[in-house]
Amino acid sequence: MRVVAAMSGGVDSAVAAARAKEAGHDVTGIHLALSRNPRSYRSGARGCCTIEDANDARRAADVIDIPFYVWDLSERFHEDVVEDFLDEYAAGRTPNPCLRCNEKIKFAAVLDRALALGFEGVVTGHYARLVPGADGEPPALHRAVDAGKDQSYVLGVLTADQLRGALFPLGGTTKDEVRVEAARRGLSVAQKPDSHDICFIADGDPGGWLSEKLGDRAPNEGGPIVDDVTGEELGRHDGTYRFTVGQRRGLRIGRPAPDGRPRFVLDIEPVSATVRVGPREALGVDGLEAVAPRWCGAPLTAPLTGTVQLRAHGEEHSATVHPDGERVLVDLHEPAAGIAPGQAVVVYDGTRVVGSATITSTRRVEVGAR
Amino acid sequence: MDAVYLDHAATTPMLPEAVAALTAQLTRTGNASSLHAPGRASRRVVEESREAIAAVLGCRPSDVVLTSGGTESDNLAVKGLFWQRRAEDPRRTRVLSTAVEHHAVLDPLHWLAEHEGADVRLLPVDGVGRLRLDALAAAIDEDPAAVALVSVMAANNEIGTLQPVPEVVALAHAHGIPVHVDAVQALGQVPVDVTAWGVDALTVTGHKVGGPYGVGALVVDRALAPVPLLHGGGQERDVRSGTLDPPGVAGFAAAVTAAHERRPAYAAQVARLRDDLVSGIRALVPDAVLNGDPAAQGRLPNNAHLSFPGCEGDSLLMLLDARGIACSTGSACSAGVPQPSHVLLATGADETTARSSLRFSLGHTSTERDVARVLVEIGPAVERARAAGALATPRRVAG
Repeated sequence: MRVVAAMSGGVDSAVAAARAKEAGHDVTGIHLALSRNPRSYRSGARGCCTIEDANDARRAADVIDIPFYVWDLSERFHEDVVEDFLDEYAAGRTPNPCLRCNEKIKFAAVLDRALALGFEGVVTGHYARLVPGADGEPPALHRAVDAGKDQSYVLGVLTADQLRGALFPLGGTTKDEVRVEAARRGLSVAQKPDSHDICFIADGDPGGWLSEKLGDRAPNEGGPIVDDVTGEELGRHDGTYRFTVGQRRGLRIGRPAPDGRPRFVLDIEPVSATVRVGPREALGVDGLEAVAPRWCGAPLTAPLTGTVQLRAHGEEHSATVHPDGERVLVDLHEPAAGIAPGQAVVVYDGTRVVGSATITSTRRVEVGAR
Repeated sequence: MDAVYLDHAATTPMLPEAVAALTAQLTRTGNASSLHAPGRASRRVVEESREAIAAVLGCRPSDVVLTSGGTESDNLAVKGLFWQRRAEDPRRTRVLSTAVEHHAVLDPLHWLAEHEGADVRLLPVDGVGRLRLDALAAAIDEDPAAVALVSVMAANNEIGTLQPVPEVVALAHAHGIPVHVDAVQALGQVPVDVTAWGVDALTVTGHKVGGPYGVGALVVDRALAPVPLLHGGGQERDVRSGTLDPPGVAGFAAAVTAAHERRPAYAAQVARLRDDLVSGIRALVPDAVLNGDPAAQGRLPNNAHLSFPGCEGDSLLMLLDARGIACSTGSACSAGVPQPSHVLLATGADETTARSSLRFSLGHTSTERDVARVLVEIGPAVERARAAGALATPRRVAG
C-alpha cells in the first residue's frame, strides 16, 4: 500500500513508520504542524509541535529512508480541537482533546488529504490493534497487548471507514520493545521521553492557559463554592474552568468539613459559576447518559453487557450499555467515581472497541441507600 | 525513473571547470596571509580568482570582498553600509528597499529597525513584482538627507522579475545615496555589470552559478567602508576577517568565468526550454497562471513560476517529488511549515493564490526530456492536488 506515516518526532511514530516500510508498504513520512506559533529551540519548551520535534521526525525519516514533508494543519487543529476544547470548558465540561484530534485531524483531515493525493492509508504510532475483517468487512479495533500503553480509548471515535484507512503497527508490542527496536534501528529518538498532558498546553498548566484563552467565553470572573448537602457557601473560586468533577486539590476552602474529611468537586454549574463540593462517597456514579455515539464498526442495536472506560488510562468498569438512537445509556455494575460530563465513554466487548459517546450526565448513587 | 532537477534557483550543479579548479587546490597547503612560499602560492590563487571575478562583474579586483556567500554579503552590505552612513551623518536613519527582497536582505533590515532604530521603508511593487519607481522617487524626495542606503535585488528569486537597476541608481545617485544590489539570482542568467549599472555594492554567490557552496562576494566600492560583521585578522581590506579559502575561491572564480562565457548561448537555450515548459503546462492545465513578468526581457530566462488554482503548492511538490521531479514552492520555510510567499502577496495575490504556486527553475543541465517529463506528470498531479485542495474546510465565522 502507499501510505503516509504521521511522525510526531517521538519514538512510537518513528518505529511505526519503520515497521510499515519493513512490511513492504510504500511509506511517506509527514509531520503535522499543529501549532500556529511553533516555538523555537531557544524557548526550551517541551511539548508537541516544536521545531525540535519536526527535526526529530525528519531525522527519523532519514534513518528509515522514506520521503518526508511537513503538512500544515494548524488552522484545522485550532478550529476543530483547540476551539472545541475551550468551548467545552466554558460549558463546564471536561473534554479529551486527543479523541477530538483523532476524530477530526489524524483520521479525517490527514486521511482525507492522503486519500485524495493517491495514498491508501495513514500509519500512526498508537498502541492499539486492528484485526482484519473477513470479506470486505471493516477491521475490528482492539486493545493493545501492552495494557499500560493501550491507547484504544482515544481511538474509540473512529468509524469503520476511518479504521479501513488506519494502520497501527505497534499494537502487538510493548513500549519497552519499541524503545529497544528504535535503538537497534539507529533512531536517535529511542530514549526521548514520552509526551504527557495536552500537547497544545506546553507548560503543563491548563488552569493558567485556560484563564488566558477563555476570555469572554466563560464565567471567568469566579463564583461560589457550595456545600452540596447544606447549600452553604464555603468559599469563592476564580473560574469554573479550574475545576473538574472528582477534584480534591485546589479548592482552598478555609474551614474543614464538620466531619473533618476531605471534600471533592461533585458538580460544576457554568451559568451560575457554582462549584458544588461534598464527601468522597457522593462522587459515586452508577449510571450515565451519553450522546453523539460513534461506532467502530456496526452500530450497537441491542443492549451489550461488557465494559466501559471513562477516561484515558482509566480503569475498566463492567457495565450494560443500552443504545437509544443518538443517546447511549450506561448502567455501571459497580459505582465509579469522578465521572465528568464532557468525558468520553468508550465501550468494549472483551478487548474489542465497540464505540464511544460523550457523557452528558451522570446518575449519582444515593448516599446511604446501599 | 531518472531524476528531473528543476530547482536550479535553489542551487545548481557545479560546472566541470569549477570542480577542476577547486579540486586542484584541495591538496595544497598555505595560508594566503602567510609570508612564505606556500602562503604566497595560495595568495596568488586567491588574487587571480579575484581578478577573474572582477573581470566578469565589471569592477576593480580591489572592490571584491570574498565572503561565505549571499546571506553574509547581503548582511554586510545592509548592516555595514547603514552603520557607516549613519556614523558619517546621524540624520541618515532611513533604508529604502522593496517588499519582494530575499530574506537575507529583509531580515537584516527588520533587525536594524528593531535594534538600531532604522526607519525601513519597503517600497511597493506592481503586479509583476517590479519596483514602482515613482514610489522610490517619492520616498527619496521626502527627505534625501535621511536616506542611508537603497537596496534592490537585480532579479527576484521566486518569480524571476528583473528590477530596473540603472533607473534605481540614477534616482539614488542624484542625491548621493549608495545603492546595494542583490544579484545572486541574476548572475549567469542576465548581464550583470557593476560599472554599467553604477551600483555601489553587489552581492553574488558561488553555488547559484555552478560554483561551490559557502563562498561568495560582496563587491563594494573602495570609497565605501562598511562596518565589518566579522572582526579578526583584517583580511579583505579589514571589511571581512577570516582565513581565505583558496579552493572555494578558485572554484567560485572558475564558475563565474565559465557561466559568463556560456551565458549568451545558455540563456537563449534555457529560455526556449522554459517557454516550452510554460506553454506545455498551460495547454494541459488551462487555468494555470504564469506569475511575474510575461515578457521575456523582463524576467530571468530560467524561471517559470505558476499558480495552479484549487491546488496547494505543497501537494504538487510532494506528488511531483514522488515521480522524480524536483521543484519548489519558492516560499520561505521555517520548521518546514510553509508560509504564503511574501513576494506573491506583494504583487497583490491573495493568500490562496500564493499557496497554490510552484517554481520550476531551469539550469545548465536542463534538457527537453526534463520538460517532457514534467508535461507527462503535471496533469495527474494537478488533478490529485485539486481533489485534496477541495477538502479544505471553510473557516469558522468570526463572532
